[in-house]
Amino acid sequence: MDHRGYYDGFGGAFIPEILVSTFDELSAAFQKAKRDPDFWQEYKEIMSTYSCRPTPLTFAGNLTRHFGGARIYIKREDLNHTGAHKANNVIGQGLLVQRMGKKRVIAETGAGQHGVATATMAARFGFECTIYMGEVDVRRQRPNVFWMERLGAKVVAVKDGTRILKDAINEAFRDWVTHMDTTHYVLGTACGPHPFPEMVTYFQSIIGQEARKQIISREGKLPARVYACVGGGSNAMGIFSGFMDDPVELVGVEAGGEGLDSGRHASRLSSDDASIGIAQGYKTYFLQDSDGQMKETHSIAAGLDYVGVSPILSHLKETGRVRFEAATDRKVVEALSLTIQKEGLIPALESSHAFAQAFVEAPTLSKQDCIIINQSGRGDKDIFTVADAFSDPGWKEFIMQKAEEYNA
Amino acid sequence: MLESYIKNKRREKEILLMTHIVLGYPSFDDCFQIVREMVDAGVDLMELQIPFSEPIADGPVILSANQKALANGVTVQQCIDFSKQVVRSFDIPFLFMTYYNILFQYGVKDFSSMMSDAGMYGAIVPDLPPEEGEEYLQAMKSCHLSPIFIFTPTTPDERMKKIASCGEGFIYCVARKGVTGSQTDFTSEFHGYLERCRKATTLPLALGFGVKDKEDIDFLTGKADIAVIGSQTIRLVDQKGVGAVGEFIRGLRSQIKGAEK
Repeated sequence: MDHRGYYDGFGGAFIPEILVSTFDELSAAFQKAKRDPDFWQEYKEIMSTYSCRPTPLTFAGNLTRHFGGARIYIKREDLNHTGAHKANNVIGQGLLVQRMGKKRVIAETGAGQHGVATATMAARFGFECTIYMGEVDVRRQRPNVFWMERLGAKVVAVKDGTRILKDAINEAFRDWVTHMDTTHYVLGTACGPHPFPEMVTYFQSIIGQEARKQIISREGKLPARVYACVGGGSNAMGIFSGFMDDPVELVGVEAGGEGLDSGRHASRLSSDDASIGIAQGYKTYFLQDSDGQMKETHSIAAGLDYVGVSPILSHLKETGRVRFEAATDRKVVEALSLTIQKEGLIPALESSHAFAQAFVEAPTLSKQDCIIINQSGRGDKDIFTVADAFSDPGWKEFIMQKAEEYNA
Repeated sequence: MLESYIKNKRREKEILLMTHIVLGYPSFDDCFQIVREMVDAGVDLMELQIPFSEPIADGPVILSANQKALANGVTVQQCIDFSKQVVRSFDIPFLFMTYYNILFQYGVKDFSSMMSDAGMYGAIVPDLPPEEGEEYLQAMKSCHLSPIFIFTPTTPDERMKKIASCGEGFIYCVARKGVTGSQTDFTSEFHGYLERCRKATTLPLALGFGVKDKEDIDFLTGKADIAVIGSQTIRLVDQKGVGAVGEFIRGLRSQIKGAEK
């Protein structure tokens, strides 16, 4: 444990002693893979044949005309296999699992996207798979639970703590400290102990590499701004990393929930409610009380409903390289609705946070500017939540009919 | 200070007992009663766990106790006040067990000074490997407190030596993989592990994780200096109430040498 993955004081590896050897092994396997030019080639090959890479960069002409400002482009991570950027990370980690010779994978999931992606990877690579998911999230993302189970994964509903993403992470760690000899923990975001933030960012950086090339070939110049939603921060780190050294403003959009003043949100970097702490194996900004106990968070988007955030993003907040904003649940549903109507695209509720903030800023930019919004995932999984948000009468009737059929 | 206490006690007893409670669970009044029962029954040292919302190294029993204590509104300050009270009332060494964020939010230096003022002997912080513990180690040292570090079956020999060089008081040897509170097979292959631990340090060895009855303690006698009973007494209080603790503890050790009251 020599290099401990610090980003200006954020990060580290605060892990129980029993896992130290496992992390050493993982770090070594990752560093070796990174130095091996064939590894990235193999990764790109799988991502272009099993998933849909490179994903397109879509010009949103109708939204651009609607707002009358910057030209709006959308990076289509929703077109990955399983419908989100999560595929990039799990396939990368899956290749590492093969190299390490392990036979079982476990993962946490919030929205269920990472769980589905992991279950898919496990099916393809022939790994046994267990997914931990907070009981609250199991309820709000039931379709994803269905698919994980169809894919052969065991889904464990976590009933401890706040019963959402952070509790699923704790439970995955508890599994790992017991089964590390055979099992790899496929952490889903750029958080957790070193080397996860670096490793997940590495695999997700494929988004930014593509997006940079694509926008330059389309527009002949760099975008003025790039928008990404921030839960743990993996899709944001993925697209931002392509523009880190460019004169491009990077905007991370967190879950504003019911408003920053309401206390019911998950904004770690864009509110004053968070402070630096150490939990789940790493040091970053957490939503916690003065004793250091983690608070309950809230977001309409399960995937953003998390107390911590990537230590790399905490570092980029401190340096000012990334600007952080928050979008409320209400604004997010409005942005989703507008995007569906104007472009025929259905972003996930998580991704819709990035859209909401971009829509606030696009009209203030010049028509010569262009911006990129990272559509990190598709919204099909949100059908129950969105139907409720719209209070859709036809959907309610359908569900009631369906329930009657089951009761009959 | 802690090390010499343990070594002296070991002249009287073949194996020492360390027990564990989660502060504020089921209540502070109950905790006080439990400590009294345990000390009266001959417990030699105790871990007082300050509850934390994300106890990743703990299994279901202690996890649930942490959550219930926090749901009852237990604060770090209340835990400190309680510790002062038991230190004044009972003549055994008390240690804090908690996760690093509790120390970090309190201020690591302030936390050490507070421990010293309260008369605590040391602390066990399971999510703080020595590599991350520079500030903690300095603060503990300057207050003459013992930072207790952990060996596990996955820890290589070289690393055990390095860990031992940072630790004081004793080394907490985790019996097996996994979290607190599950079954441990104390079989012969376990000897090899304890021999490795013994070779790596001259500090006393405490053995914990899954120690639950007299049979386990008999097995550990002569092999470890301290047996740690954690989840089992919490389970007992949950099932049979505070009053059952004393009898349980008395039944754990064969009364051969240095008979207890």
